[in-house]
Amino acid sequence: MNHHPTMNPTTARTAAQSHFRTLRLDTPFQPRIDALARTQDWYNWAGYRAPHSLWDEELEYFAIRSQAALFDISPMTKYRIEGPDAEAFLNRVTLRDVTKLKPGRVHYTAWCDDEGFVLDDGTLFRLSPTRFRLCSQERHLPWLLDSAIGFGVSIEEETEAVAGLALQGPTSFAVLRDAGFAGVEKLKIFDLAEFPHDGDTITISRTGFTGDLGYELFVPTEKALSLWDRLMTAGELRGIRAIGYTALNRARLEAGLIVANADFTTAGHAIRADRLRMPDEIGLGFMIDVEKGHFNGRRAILEARTKRKLRHVLVGLEIEGNIPAEHAIVYHKRSQEVGLVSAAMWSPMAKRNIAIASLARPFGDTMVEDLWVEIYAMRELQYQKLMKRAKVVQRPFIKLDRRTANPPADF
Amino acid sequence: MKAWDAIVIGGGHNGLVNACYLQRAGLDVLVVEKNDWVGGAATSRELTPGFLYSNCSYVCSLFRPEIMRDLELPRFGLQVISYEGGAVFTRDGDYLANYRDHDAHRREFARFSKRDAEAYDRYARDVTRQCRFIQPLLMRTAPDPTSLRPRDIGELLYLGKKFAGLSAEEMALTLRFWTMSISDFLDEYFETDVIKANFALSGIIGTALGPMSPGTAYVLLHHYMGEVDGSVGAWGYARGGMGAVTKALAASFKASGGTIRTGAEVDHVLVKRGKAKGVVLAGGEEIYGKLVVSNADVKRTFLKLVEEKELPDIFLRRVRNFKIRGSSGKVNIALDSLPEFPALPKDSPVYRGDMHFTDSMERMERAYDDWKAGRWSADPFLDMVIPTTLDPTMAPPGKHFMSCFVQYAPPKVNGHDWTDADRDGFAESVIAQIAEYSPGFRDRIVHMEVRTPREIEAEVGLTEGNIFQGELTFDQLLFNRPVPGYAQYRSPLSGLYMCGSSTHPGGGVMGAPGRNAAAEILRDLAKSTSHMSPAHDVI
Repeated sequence: MNHHPTMNPTTARTAAQSHFRTLRLDTPFQPRIDALARTQDWYNWAGYRAPHSLWDEELEYFAIRSQAALFDISPMTKYRIEGPDAEAFLNRVTLRDVTKLKPGRVHYTAWCDDEGFVLDDGTLFRLSPTRFRLCSQERHLPWLLDSAIGFGVSIEEETEAVAGLALQGPTSFAVLRDAGFAGVEKLKIFDLAEFPHDGDTITISRTGFTGDLGYELFVPTEKALSLWDRLMTAGELRGIRAIGYTALNRARLEAGLIVANADFTTAGHAIRADRLRMPDEIGLGFMIDVEKGHFNGRRAILEARTKRKLRHVLVGLEIEGNIPAEHAIVYHKRSQEVGLVSAAMWSPMAKRNIAIASLARPFGDTMVEDLWVEIYAMRELQYQKLMKRAKVVQRPFIKLDRRTANPPADF
Repeated sequence: MKAWDAIVIGGGHNGLVNACYLQRAGLDVLVVEKNDWVGGAATSRELTPGFLYSNCSYVCSLFRPEIMRDLELPRFGLQVISYEGGAVFTRDGDYLANYRDHDAHRREFARFSKRDAEAYDRYARDVTRQCRFIQPLLMRTAPDPTSLRPRDIGELLYLGKKFAGLSAEEMALTLRFWTMSISDFLDEYFETDVIKANFALSGIIGTALGPMSPGTAYVLLHHYMGEVDGSVGAWGYARGGMGAVTKALAASFKASGGTIRTGAEVDHVLVKRGKAKGVVLAGGEEIYGKLVVSNADVKRTFLKLVEEKELPDIFLRRVRNFKIRGSSGKVNIALDSLPEFPALPKDSPVYRGDMHFTDSMERMERAYDDWKAGRWSADPFLDMVIPTTLDPTMAPPGKHFMSCFVQYAPPKVNGHDWTDADRDGFAESVIAQIAEYSPGFRDRIVHMEVRTPREIEAEVGLTEGNIFQGELTFDQLLFNRPVPGYAQYRSPLSGLYMCGSSTHPGGGVMGAPGRNAAAEILRDLAKSTSHMSPAHDVI
C-alpha cells in the first residue's frame, strides 16, 4: 500500500514554483542550527542561509583546534559521476591522475577550461571503481555534460539530495567512535568508507578544510537530523560545538588552503581577462600530471610553462607585527605595486601574522626579497597606515601531527 | 529678424538633450516641436481621465546617467525605479520567471533544465564582457575610418586598442556577437526552448528581423548595456511614465533659458547656398538660425525636410536605402483592476516585471514570417508591463496602466496602407493573446489606445514607426550610422546637424546621440564642452 499520496502534476508544479518565496533555502540541518544560532549572523552560501557565526566566532575557532567542531557543508555543490568510463572521463577533465585514485580514496584536485584557466578546485571522492562524487564551490553541470560527450558516464547534480557535515578537531575521531561508527579508526587521511546509519548508509572520509584531525560525513537528506543528533549526543563529553564559517575560514587559512572566488577568480565568472589564472599561478601546479595523457587545458598549460607566460604566483606571506593585512596591496621596495593579499589573519596556532597573496611574477617567484604590505587599519574612524615587511613562506602555515596520525589520537 | 544660435527640429529626448547642452554652453536655442506637447517617443499622456500612458517607449535603462547628472534631471523630477524581473508564460499553463535574486533565478531555470540553470552564469559573463567593450563607445563620436584627421586616427587607435585588449577568444566572440543571430548565440549556452525564447526577445525588439536572422545578437546587447544606477542590464520605470524623462529635460532646458515652441511643425529646412539658415514652418513662417539640428530620423530629415537637389547623390541613395523598417506597434490599456494570470501565484513579483507569451523560438520566428508576408503577426510577440504596480502616479489606486509592445506589425498591410479595420484586427490579436492567459481580461479594460506603424509615424514622426530610427544591424552601427562618411552628426549641408537615434550609438531612450551631437557642434563653434561629463569609467 502506498502511504504517500501521489501529488497531481499541477500541485507538484505549484510547489516547485513557490521557491521564489524563500530566497535563502534551509539546509537539512537547519532546525538544529537555528536552535543554536545565538548571533543570528547569516550569509548567503550558494542560495542557502548559512551561519557566519553561531555564538562567538573566536570561541568557535578554538572549538576546532581544541575539541570537535561541527560545520554544515550541505550547500557545497555535489555531482554524482558514474559509469564504466567515469575514471577516464574524470582523468580527462581534472588535473590529477584519477587512475591513481583508488576506490575508497579522496583527492583534492582542480579543473581548467581549454585555455588552461582554472574553473574551480574541489574534492573528488572515489566511492567505487565506477562511481565518484565531485564537490566544488561553483556549479559546472553544462561543462561536465559537454565534456562527457563520448564517454560512458552519467552526471547528476545531487547538491540537494545529499547533506554534508564537517566534523573537525582533535576529538573528532573520539566523537565518531563513541557514536558507534565501528571501524572509523581505520580511516587514514584521504580515506573514505561507508557506514550504516539509521537504516541507511553514510559516507565518512578523513578529510577537511582545517588542517586538523577531521572528517566529512555525507548523508541522504532524510537522515540528516538523526546523524546530527547522533554526533551531538556522542560528542557531548568531547566538547563538540557547532560552528559558522568565520571560524572555519580562519582554520583553513592557517592550513594554507585557498577558496575559489576569494583567493582567485574562477574562469567561469571572470569578466576581466587579466583575472584568469592557470593552476601554476594559484599554487595548484603540483596537481598537474603531464604524463597522464590529455586533459582539459593541458596544451595551454604546457605552452605557458615552456614559453614562460605564467604571470602570477600565489604565495604564503608572514607579515611583521600583528595587524591582519586583509586585502592589502603588496609592494616591492615599499614603492612598486606587485600584488594583493586575498586573506590574512593573526594565527593563534602559529602566533604569527599570516596571509595569502597573489603577486605578479617574478615577485614571489624568483624575487622574494624586500616585499612589503601596506595595511590600512581603521581605528576609531581613522586609517592607521602601516608599511610592514612581508616574507614569503611555505604553506601550510601550521602543520599538526594529529591531522595524519595513525591511529588517530583519542582525546 | 532674430536669428537663433541653434534651432532643434523635434522635441524628442535626443533633441532636448542636445538643446540642453547647447543652451548651457551659452547658445540661444529654440526647439520646434510639431505636436502640442514635447517628448517625441518618450511621453506620458493622459488619454483617459486619471490614467497616464507611456504610450510609446515604456521602460528605461539606456538613458545615460552622465546626462541625467549634467542636466540636473533629478532636480526636475526624474526618478527611475528598477523593476522586479518578469516571465514567459508557457502554453501548458506554467511560466518561466526571471528573478533578480541570483539563486532564485537559477532554481527557476532548474525547473525546466538543471543544465541550463547552471549555464546562465557563463552566458551572463560573456554578455557582460561584450557590454563592457561597447559601453565606453556610447559617449564618443565614432571615428571616420577613411579620415586622416588626427582626431579620427586617435579615435580609431582607441577602438583598435580596446579591441586588441581582448583575448583571441574574446575577439572572435565579439566579431561573431556583432553579426550572428540571437538564436545561434543562445544555442551555444542553452538547450531549453522556453529559456532561449526568454532571452531572445531582447534580440528582436524594435527590429524587422526574426530571432534566426543574423545581426540580432547585437540587438540583445543593445538592450543589456544600459543600467539603473550602476546595475548594468537592469531596466526600470520612469516614475510618472516615460514622459517624465522629456518633461525633466524640457524643464531643465527652460531653466537654463531655452525656448520651446510646440505646435510648430517644420515644413522644410531653409537652405541658402548650400548652408542651413533656419526652418520654415508648415504655416509658412520662417525662423532663422545660425545652425539647425534635426532630431528627426535620417530619412525624414533628408528626404522630407531638405530638398533633394541640395544633397549629393550617393548620400541620398544611402539615406534612401537606410533600413528603418516598421516592425512593431503598441497597445496601451487602462484597466479598472489588476489582471489575474491563473498560471502566476498572486504574490509573484512577475506582476511587477515584464511579461511575455511567446514560449518558443519557432513561434517567435513564425511571428516574423507573418511580417515578411506583409501581415501583422497572427500570434504576436508581446512585451507587456504594468508600471502602475510600482508607480502610484500613473493611475488611481487599484487601477492600472498596461503597456503592450507588439511585434510584428508591417509598415503596410498586404501592400496597402493601414486602415482602421486593420488597426482593430491588430489590436484584437493582442487582446486575444492576453485573454487566453488572463480570463476576464477584456472586462477590465477601461480604455485602449492602439498604435500601428501608421499612428506612430503620423504622431511621433518616426519613419514607418521604427522605434530605433533605423535598425541596429552591424552595417548601420558605429561609423556606418546612419551612412558612411556622415557618422559624426554633421550632414552634407553646412550648418545642418543630426542628433536623433539614427546616429551613433542608436536607438532607445539613451540620450547619447543628442549629447554627442552637441559635443560636435560645440567643437565646430570652438566652444567649451566642460559642462559635459565624459562617460563614466568602466573598470
